[in-house]
Amino acid sequence: MNEAPTLARDRGGVLSRWQRQAFAWPYVLWMAIFVVVPIALIAVYAFTNAQHQFTIDNFAGMTDYAGVFGRSLWLAFVATVVCLLLGYPVALAISRTDPKTQRILLMLIMLPMWINFLLRTYAWMSILENTGLLNRLFNAIGLISLVNRVGAHVSAGYTPIDHFQLINTGGAVVLGMVYNYLPFMILPIESVIVKIDPFVIEAAQDLGADGHTVFRKVILPLSLSGVISGITMVFVPAVSTFVISKLLSSGTVMLLGDLIEMQFTGAAYNPHLGAAISLIMMFIVVLCMSIMNKFGEGEEQAVVM
Amino acid sequence: MSKQLIRLVDCRKEFDGEVVLDSINLDIKDKEFLTLLGPSGCGKTTTLRIIGGFLRPDSGQVVFDGRVINDVPPHKRKINTVFQKYALFTHLNVYENIAFGLRIQKPKLSEKEISQRVYDALELVALKGFEKRAVSQLSGGQQQRIAIARAIVNRPQVLLLDEPLGALDLKLRKDMQRELKQIQQQVGITFIYVTHDQEEALTMSDTVVVMNKGEIQQIGTPVDIYNEPKNAFVADFIGESNIIDGVMVEDDVVKMYGRRFACVDKGFAPNEPVDVVIRPEDIDIVPVEQGQITGTVTDVTFKGMQYDIIVDFQGFKWLIQTTDHSPVGAKIGVKIDPDGFHIMKKSEYSGLYGDYSSYSEEYDELSEMDPEGGAENE
Repeated sequence: MNEAPTLARDRGGVLSRWQRQAFAWPYVLWMAIFVVVPIALIAVYAFTNAQHQFTIDNFAGMTDYAGVFGRSLWLAFVATVVCLLLGYPVALAISRTDPKTQRILLMLIMLPMWINFLLRTYAWMSILENTGLLNRLFNAIGLISLVNRVGAHVSAGYTPIDHFQLINTGGAVVLGMVYNYLPFMILPIESVIVKIDPFVIEAAQDLGADGHTVFRKVILPLSLSGVISGITMVFVPAVSTFVISKLLSSGTVMLLGDLIEMQFTGAAYNPHLGAAISLIMMFIVVLCMSIMNKFGEGEEQAVVM
Repeated sequence: MSKQLIRLVDCRKEFDGEVVLDSINLDIKDKEFLTLLGPSGCGKTTTLRIIGGFLRPDSGQVVFDGRVINDVPPHKRKINTVFQKYALFTHLNVYENIAFGLRIQKPKLSEKEISQRVYDALELVALKGFEKRAVSQLSGGQQQRIAIARAIVNRPQVLLLDEPLGALDLKLRKDMQRELKQIQQQVGITFIYVTHDQEEALTMSDTVVVMNKGEIQQIGTPVDIYNEPKNAFVADFIGESNIIDGVMVEDDVVKMYGRRFACVDKGFAPNEPVDVVIRPEDIDIVPVEQGQITGTVTDVTFKGMQYDIIVDFQGFKWLIQTTDHSPVGAKIGVKIDPDGFHIMKKSEYSGLYGDYSSYSEEYDELSEMDPEGGAENE
């Protein structure tokens, strides 16, 4: 019965411990060059000025950008909550279909990712623009003139509109985030729910749990690790994005990503400040993740930073 | 022990057009230990799942305490299940696993009552002091006990057990068999037990239901089933049997190998063709000249307590269990007492079993017999 693990151990035994570790070296090297060194460089930049002298001014000056920090965290939080509220039921529904349907549905969930990220976001621009698809639709079905009539009726000083302001709003940015990152919420949750032993669910029913109780006391707690990795995989890119806000708000909704980008490529060239902001953002992300992982304690740690 | 608790009436179940259960009729008495026994795919797990409410019969009725419960979902049945792979809640510790059913009861139980009952259940399965452990820290045998405690703590009228000992090693299995029987007597409820292990069935049960191909072959006490098998399938499945073609000449006289033997069976038509079952341990080896019939030893296996020897009687090979060693090639005679013969009417299984020409194959089959038997029909 226990033959398989023994065999695997034996096969491992052919190689020495040292030889086995050697297989990990290419990856360790890769990580060292492209992850560890850059982070070290960021740290060095963050604590120096243009004259290469040690300073903490970069951090002290950051209070000016508290609003950007707050907005980034808030919009990423909203996007994550929306993704969770939309994604969990979808994941649950998919997990209950037969394996073949499951594969097809998961492929459909991932289908948008086959199209370039920029292209997808540009597409939203043409939908949300003041003269975009949605506003034209609202115009065609008379929604805008209806609003104007009601507005004029309610207040005398009402100025009529010719479009709804959709683009260049925080809402548009959240929409972009949700649209782009929703699959990252659905996939980990679905993969965890699918692995729940159907007999465990039957056992709960057997012990007197109705459908609602089974979900609350068994499925939800057992899928927590998927929820945590989903939240991580949505929140982290959402809090650091700059493309979505740039395209869907034309810079009117400035996020941390935009701010950092500006320090490196934009007019406000100041890589030292950019590095300091990056470092703080990294700190915030790591903090959020460790708090999240606390919730999943005892579960398999789905995503550990 | 006499009140009837569950009745299956003409229960039939098909999966994808394949008949898994064919008109099952079964009465289960209150407080009895009943075992559904059969090879994998015989429909025993399906029967159990129908009683548990996890499957609906396509036709027929499930009657519980005089009430038809076909449409009653599992969570509303006074029946609890011990699942084959335990199906414990890995996100809860031992205490909370056992308390699960109590916590969702309505009206709500007090924390004090819950804890009292959880500790009683832990004591019943001899796992006091384990309440704070994570289930992943427990051995297979301990998880099994928790699964039993979790089911029993709800005070069901019936406990269903689906091959609960299948994943345990032999020694632990024997201990648990005894313990399960004790628990059953202690809590005084009906146990319905599913297994493919005939020895397990004989050891624990008040009633054994032998199933094959979705049909009940025989219902009886372990002694009845062993001593008076109804057909060749039962005779072969329960213990070892030599099954020989014979003719019932008259009451108490059976003819095989062209010879008349005295037996103790009656009630057959004169000269009715029958299957004659002779258990390997009921055969005495005697010198050739004293034998009722004679044969040649073709194979000897040392089994510890006895030798299993295969003896060729005119092309038909018998299994004989004996404490005396006879070498391969030896000519021997055998003697069988009248009560060593069990006469069965011919059935669809006649001629399929009971010849030990392919003894080794049959042996392999026995030892390989479905460790995953419970996965049938899934």
